[in-house]
Amino acid sequence: MVHGEFWTIKEFFVYPNEYIYWSIQIVMYPFMTGLVAGAFVLSSLYHVFGVEKLKDIARFSLVFSFALLPTAMMPLLLHLQQPLRGIEVMMTPHFTSAIAAFGIVFSTYGMIVAAEIWFVYRKFFVEAALALREKQNKTTLETLKSKLYPILTLGAWDISEHALEADERAVKRLAAIGIPVACFLHGYAGFIFGSVKANALWMTPLMPVIFICSAVVSGIALCILTYVITMELRKILYARKRKNDPALPTNDELKSVEIHVVTMTCKYLVMFLILAISLEILDLVFRTYTAVKSWDILRAVIYEKDFVKIFIMQYGLGNLVPFILLLSPGLTIRRAILATILVLLGVFMMRWNIVIGGQAFSASFSGFMEYVLPIIPHDMETFKEGLFGALMVIITPFVLFFGLSNIMPVFVNKSDTH
Amino acid sequence: MNRREFCKKSLLIAGGLVVPLSALELFNPERLLAEKNDKSKTRWVFLVDTHKCVGCGFCVKACKTENEVPYDANVTRTWVERYVITNDGKAHIDSPKGARDGFQSAKLDQNHAGMEEIKEEDIAKAFFVPKLCNQCENPPCVQVCPVGATYKTNNGVVLVDRKWCIGCGYCIMGCPYSVRFFHPVYHVAEKCNFCYHRISQGMKTACVDACPFGARQIGNLKDPKDPVTKVIMNERVNVLKDEYGTKPQVFYIGLPREVK
Repeated sequence: MVHGEFWTIKEFFVYPNEYIYWSIQIVMYPFMTGLVAGAFVLSSLYHVFGVEKLKDIARFSLVFSFALLPTAMMPLLLHLQQPLRGIEVMMTPHFTSAIAAFGIVFSTYGMIVAAEIWFVYRKFFVEAALALREKQNKTTLETLKSKLYPILTLGAWDISEHALEADERAVKRLAAIGIPVACFLHGYAGFIFGSVKANALWMTPLMPVIFICSAVVSGIALCILTYVITMELRKILYARKRKNDPALPTNDELKSVEIHVVTMTCKYLVMFLILAISLEILDLVFRTYTAVKSWDILRAVIYEKDFVKIFIMQYGLGNLVPFILLLSPGLTIRRAILATILVLLGVFMMRWNIVIGGQAFSASFSGFMEYVLPIIPHDMETFKEGLFGALMVIITPFVLFFGLSNIMPVFVNKSDTH
Repeated sequence: MNRREFCKKSLLIAGGLVVPLSALELFNPERLLAEKNDKSKTRWVFLVDTHKCVGCGFCVKACKTENEVPYDANVTRTWVERYVITNDGKAHIDSPKGARDGFQSAKLDQNHAGMEEIKEEDIAKAFFVPKLCNQCENPPCVQVCPVGATYKTNNGVVLVDRKWCIGCGYCIMGCPYSVRFFHPVYHVAEKCNFCYHRISQGMKTACVDACPFGARQIGNLKDPKDPVTKVIMNERVNVLKDEYGTKPQVFYIGLPREVK
C-alpha cells in the first residue's frame, strides 16, 4: 500500500498522488517544540527578568525543558521514510530549505539549555560528589552517583562565593540568549509551514508569530500542570515511605504547591493566550475579507468539515473556557489545573487543525481528504504514525524528567535555601 | 600550557582551518567552470494538445511499466483527468486510478462520495487533460529539499536522488501540482522525470511513444527548429497554475479555464 493511503479518505476530485502525507507525528512536532520553548521562556522570566515569585517553578521548568528537548526531534525521525538518513540534514544541509537549519538551531538551543543547567547545578554537583566521596558503605545507586557527579562537575570544583557569583552571571546571560533562540526554534517551525506556497491554509507570514505565542501558552500550561502534579505526588510517595523511615520530612516540611506561584504563572499564560488568539482571529478575518481563489474550499474546510475541531475544541474548550476559568476572581489550584489541561488541548487542536487541516483539501480545490488516525497498529507505519507512536512521544519527556530529577534535585524542601 | 590556554589555542586552530576550507566551497573550481561555459544546448519542455487526448490511458500504462511504479499502487507519475462541464457551469472532474485503464464508465468517480451520474442533456462540454511533472524553471520542490536530494539538471529536468532522499515529504507538500509521491518500494520521493534515461539517449518519453493520437510531445526549447519549440513560440499555449511563480515548462494547447 502507498504511504498515506491507509489513513486517507478522499472525497470528490483529488489528484491521484494526493494523500495525507504529514500525519500525527507532524502534529506532535510543533506541539512538542512549543512545549520546549514555552518551558524555557517561563524559566527565563525568573533568571533574566528576576520575577521572584517564579523562583520555585523556574528551576523546575528549566530541567523540564531539557527533558522535553529530545522529543522535539523524535516525531520528525518517526515520520521520515528513511529515518537512518536523518543525519544527512546535519551533514549536507541544503540551506534554501526551511528544514535544513533544524539541526543547527536545535543543537544550538540544546547546548544553551545544557550549559544553563550545568551552571545552575554546579554547586550541587560539587557538594554531592564531595559528600559521596566521604560516605562509607555506599549502595549501588550511590556508587554509581559517586562516579557520575565528579564527571558532571567537569573538573570545576571551585564553589567559593566568588565562583558562584560568576555562575549566576553566566546563568543570566545564557537565559537571555536562550529566549530569542527558543523563540527562533519555534518560530522557525512556523516558518516551515508558513512558507509552503502550494498550501493555501499554511501560507501566511503570521504563522511563525502565531506558533511562538501558542508555544509559550502551551509551555507555561504544561509547567503549571506538571509542577502541581509532581508536588502532590511527592507528598503521597513520602507519606508511604515515612511508615518505614520516620526521619523523612513530614508533609508540612515538604513544600507544597504555592497558590501565588500558580496565580502569577497563570497571569503570564493569559497574556500570551490573548496574543495568540488575536493573531489567529486576525488571520481568519483577513482570509474571509480578501477571499482569494482558495477561500471557497478553505471556507468549506473551516466552517463545515472541521467546524467542531476548530470552533468547539480549539477556540471554545481550548481558549474561551480556560480564559473564563483563569480570569474569574479567586483562582484555586483545582480550577487552574482544569484550565491548563484545556489550554493544552486547545494548543494541540490548533496544531492538528493546521497540519491536518492544511491537507484536508485537494490542491485542485475540488475535493477533500480526511485523516483517520490509526489506533490499532498492524505494521510499523501504522504504529509510528498512529495513536501509539504519538503516545510514545508524549510519555518520553516524563520518563526523562524522572531520570533527570534523580540526578538533579528539582524540588526544594522548606528548610533548604537556594 | 594550562587549560585556558589550551582551549584558546584549539579554538584558534579550528577557526583558522575553517577559513581556507570554506574558500574551497565558495570558489568551487568545477562549478565556476561549469557556470562560465554553460554549454547546455538543451531545455527539455513538454507540449500537450488537449484537443487530441481521448483519455485512453495508454500513456499512464506505459509510464508505470517503463518507470517501475508498481502497477496496482494508487500513485502514478502521469495521469489523465476527465472534465465534464454541465450547463450550470459546474465542473465535474475525475481520474480513476489516474486513468491507467482509461475511463471505462460514463459515471464520474468521486472517491468516497461514490459514482456520479450526469445526464447527457446536462452536459455542456467534456474533455481530457493529461498531467505530468512541469519540470519548473523555479521548482519549489528543489528549494524545500533539506538535504539537496532533489535537483535541477542543466537541461531543466528535476531529478530525485534515491540514495540521498530522507523521505521527509516536504517536496511533496511544496509541489502545487501534486505530481510527487512516495515510491511504494524505495520509500523515497518519486516523480515524473520526462523518462530521463530515455531522452538522454535520443529517445522519446514512454508516454509520448505510447500516445496513439500525438497529444503528447517532448521537445528542446533551445532548438528553434524543434517543432515543439515552434508551436510554443508561435501558437497560443498556456501553462498550469502560473500564479505560484514556479514557471512550469509543460505547455498546453487549448487549456480551458476550468482545469485545476
